[in-house]
Amino acid sequence: MADENNALTPDATVDITSVVCPVTFVKAKMAIEELEIGQTLAVRMNDGEPIQNVPRSFKDEGHQVLRVSDNGDGTWTLLVRKASE
Amino acid sequence: MDLSDTQIERYSRHILLKEVGAKGQKKLLEAKVLIVGAGGLGAPAAMYLAAAGVGTIGIVDADVVDLSNLQRQIIHGTADVGKPKVQSAAETIAAMNPDVKVVTHRQFAYSANIRELVRPYDFVIDGTDNFPAKFLINDACVLEKKAFSHAGILRFNGQLMTYVPGQGPCFRCVFKEPPPKDAVPTCRQAGVIGAMGGVIGSLQAMEAVKFILGKGELLTGALLTYDALSNRFHKVKLPPWNGKCAVCGEHPSITEPIDYAQAACDLRK
Repeated sequence: MADENNALTPDATVDITSVVCPVTFVKAKMAIEELEIGQTLAVRMNDGEPIQNVPRSFKDEGHQVLRVSDNGDGTWTLLVRKASE
Repeated sequence: MDLSDTQIERYSRHILLKEVGAKGQKKLLEAKVLIVGAGGLGAPAAMYLAAAGVGTIGIVDADVVDLSNLQRQIIHGTADVGKPKVQSAAETIAAMNPDVKVVTHRQFAYSANIRELVRPYDFVIDGTDNFPAKFLINDACVLEKKAFSHAGILRFNGQLMTYVPGQGPCFRCVFKEPPPKDAVPTCRQAGVIGAMGGVIGSLQAMEAVKFILGKGELLTGALLTYDALSNRFHKVKLPPWNGKCAVCGEHPSITEPIDYAQAACDLRK
């Protein structure tokens, strides 16, 4: 996608490294609820269960996962674009 | 209003739902539901609404808890026998969820107070056990333009329907007027299986939640019946609103709620 590389600056950021399932996705979902369609959200999360489940849950809700990057400190940052209400 | 961390955790299974989310949970927390009758239907309805975080729950009941209530009225316990039902219900809800404000109305609902009772609320649950009360609640909700859930349970049967102003028939459109006294037994005479209140009262709570969220189809224009012995649910389509009803029609003859006489055996000694 053309603008994928331009989406380096997300419209909002949420850190879910201090919470555990299911509050991880709950917090991520609450953050994306606040955005308009087309805006992007960066979600910082822990390795393991969050990185396995949160991107999939976003996809299930019709959003677009743009990128997942390894922060090298046991956390990951997911970039997701809001694609449905 | 922002949800606190404890609220996010408490309501996480709601917030996860696409149809609810944080926005829907906030709607629930801001909603006001009136439950008339803290009995077989009202008990489970009140408890599910309280657990769901419906912010204000009003309860109307003049009775005290009787030992014979406990087989189905799960909001009350053995230690509550003799206590006003509204107080017992309020104590249970307070223990369940501190987010809920309970407004207790320890009084009988009748023509002079019912309109005032329903007025501050967004949705009304009819959890009463007699026809005069059911017509009273229907007429008050029509006159005050309030959505409400009707339900009735007897033996192994239950039924419910939902009225939303302007969206289909009211209870009186369908049933016209109370049956002659003693034509239909009450559960005091005929008995009722305890879990029936749980099934039908929970469905009433579900209607209230869907109404508050603005999601899904309500039981407007339809009567859902449940026969536990044969395990059959039927969704019966009701005749559409025809403008001829005595209370919600185009030329209503009923402009105030009516106090119908109760069957003598229903009256408290």
